[in-house]
Amino acid sequence: MAHLNLDFSKVKRCRILAEEIATPVEEMIGAHTTVAIERATLRMLGVNGAVIRNGQYFPEANAIIEDLAKAKLLGQGVLPRFVSAMLEHGLDTRTLGTEAAEGRIKLSEVKLRPAAELQAKARELCVQARDHLVRQREYRDTLRRETKDTFDPQGKGGPLLYVIVATGNIYDDVVQARAAAQAGADAIAVIRSTAQSLLDYVPHGATTEGFGGTYATQENFRIMREALDDESRKLGRYIRLTNYCSGLCMPEIAALGALERLDFLLNDAMYGILFRDINMKRTLIDQHFSRRIIALSRIVIHTGEDNYLTTADAVENGHQVLASQFINERFALNARMTQDLMGLGHAQEMDPEHPNVFLLEIARAQMTRDIFPDSPIKFMPPTRHKCGDIFYSHLMDAMFNFVGVLTGQTIQLLGMATEAMHTPLLQDRWMSIKNAKYIFNGARSLGVDITYNRGGIIDHWAAKVLDETLAHLEMIRSKGLPKAIEEKAFAEVSRKETGGKGHDGVVLREAGYLNPLFEVL
Amino acid sequence: MSSGKSRMSELDLGKLKPYGDILNDGTIQVSFTLPVEPSPEAREAAIQFAEKMGLDQIKVATMEKAAQGFSFFVIYGNIKATVDFAAIKVLKVESRKRARDEIDAIIKEKIGRKLIVLGACTGYDAHTVGIDAIMNMKGFAGDYGLERYQWFDARNLGAQVLNDELLKLAVRENADAILVSKVVTQHNIHVRDLQDLMKRAEQMGLKEKIIFVAGGPRVTHPLALECGFDAGFGVGTKPSDVASYIVEEFLKRRGILLEDKPTTGGAA
Repeated sequence: MAHLNLDFSKVKRCRILAEEIATPVEEMIGAHTTVAIERATLRMLGVNGAVIRNGQYFPEANAIIEDLAKAKLLGQGVLPRFVSAMLEHGLDTRTLGTEAAEGRIKLSEVKLRPAAELQAKARELCVQARDHLVRQREYRDTLRRETKDTFDPQGKGGPLLYVIVATGNIYDDVVQARAAAQAGADAIAVIRSTAQSLLDYVPHGATTEGFGGTYATQENFRIMREALDDESRKLGRYIRLTNYCSGLCMPEIAALGALERLDFLLNDAMYGILFRDINMKRTLIDQHFSRRIIALSRIVIHTGEDNYLTTADAVENGHQVLASQFINERFALNARMTQDLMGLGHAQEMDPEHPNVFLLEIARAQMTRDIFPDSPIKFMPPTRHKCGDIFYSHLMDAMFNFVGVLTGQTIQLLGMATEAMHTPLLQDRWMSIKNAKYIFNGARSLGVDITYNRGGIIDHWAAKVLDETLAHLEMIRSKGLPKAIEEKAFAEVSRKETGGKGHDGVVLREAGYLNPLFEVL
Repeated sequence: MSSGKSRMSELDLGKLKPYGDILNDGTIQVSFTLPVEPSPEAREAAIQFAEKMGLDQIKVATMEKAAQGFSFFVIYGNIKATVDFAAIKVLKVESRKRARDEIDAIIKEKIGRKLIVLGACTGYDAHTVGIDAIMNMKGFAGDYGLERYQWFDARNLGAQVLNDELLKLAVRENADAILVSKVVTQHNIHVRDLQDLMKRAEQMGLKEKIIFVAGGPRVTHPLALECGFDAGFGVGTKPSDVASYIVEEFLKRRGILLEDKPTTGGAA
């Protein structure tokens, strides 16, 4: 692999700064829980049903946590009351979940059992939940072995082809996903219905309608994974499934993804704050717990740094992307994730008419590869400068594929010629995959056969961005992350620490907070 | 060396046809997918579709297996139909495109105070790239956004603003213009949201007081008018296009026409 001439003492300093930035945040995280964490806990214990409210399904987990939140009884978490009720009534978790959600048993009125008894029982339940997740992980890994899966986090085998489906109807998505797999895609992502990240509950059941995407639900995950398992066996090639954690239900989506054997999850420490105006504390606390689940299930996360470049100029703001990647890496490590599970993201979004734009994009892509050698880095295609000229768009995607294979990217989210028009048609996706296969095959070994000109344009640009990143991280460390975000450290967006949605779902832990998942995951 | 004159002088706008490389050849390229496996029968079906589209001299450039049970076609043919281009009348935004300095000068001279403009993506829409391009300082393709103008007080409210809140804020702030950006169009949500805003605006008696502009990749001037807006802008619209329109419309409503005769400048 051709490498840039980066100053790794600066890279090391960036990592130290990221750690220093994260430390006060981890203290804040450890002092709180959220409604989403408590709901995810119930789900992992088996409370995954729904009650009917106003003619719609409403998750049992939400009904239970809502009642406790209203009574201000979440400071110790949901488990003290839930487990006390289990012991008192002699019910299993599922049955109690339904009884409590439908109001026949009121957790707010339950008499708490002695602490020792609670801790033992809670731990037993959490160990069972953990073991179930491990079994699901092992089933998934067995299928990967069966289909001779060749995924390599370091990207040595060439980029993995990743495409998106989004009809709004999970059953139509299955048709599109199978077709994409047959055409050569290695990973499928089902884009969620617009604004699902702002729902403070996970919709229930299979869904056939959505806006600009398909709802993420446990049943939809199960349906798609089952179809892709079948397709994987037929094709003799393991097909990965991706969904999106971001939003007010991050820990729950992570839990459901782990339960249903998903492979990739979009999961970013700051995306929700910046782009969905979700409360800072809520997002940071939720991302930690979600990543604990993800670490146990060995799911690969994808981070959302591509988004910065849709508002900030890509030529000038590479340092924001790299700074964010260091921060995401640190938060992931703090949640016990390993490097090979961190699909740190970046994108090719520079103005296509900028002089030498491909050299600058190569610099950015290569430095990402060099700085995160063990991470399955995810490279995302042009979107911002895409337009209705689908032929020109197709060329932009070809150049993106060329940069990807040259610089050894691990995951390549394929561009679509019709990006500016609509969610991809079957033919658009087929064309895109054919494009990628042509270029990934044709330039397969180019990266190992060239070296970069020392002190040339590419080397120089990478060094410049690294310097800017270092300065950016110094600034963030000196202000602290919340203040830095308020002062537009990322994507020209300002967010206040107490602002945004979901702040009321943040709960200060009280003495006696009980959630053994934090120990056993 | 060719000695004859080019056929281009024979162009008849009353009978416009597509152009491949010879005038009136009517050449068209289409591509589509049929949900059947590639086969001679599938190819024949594709040709029949092309015939039904009014093409002749049909050539199937390729038939590809796009997936199990799906075949993708690229087809060339010549269309027999013509369009009377000379008879076409299109609803366009009628305002002269002016540059930022000119617009600032006009507002300063003829209005004497800043025009207050609110911009937002409404409803569930969170795709602010468009409204940001029009409003933010940086603007789009070198054309600066409304925030950069001296005589606009431009406020970008961002994403997911509810119609009700938007109008209440406009009243409180004495807004002169509202820019609504709609990107998501599934199930025609954009049309419903735009219509809803204007219905409320009418109920609140705001239609005369405020200039209502709609924008988005699938928004057109006719669509905006149908929904009750004053103007609609689509793909390729620059901030100065919107600024030019707002200023002209603001003055027109007060009986002031700008000296130079407005020529029609359609939004792309």
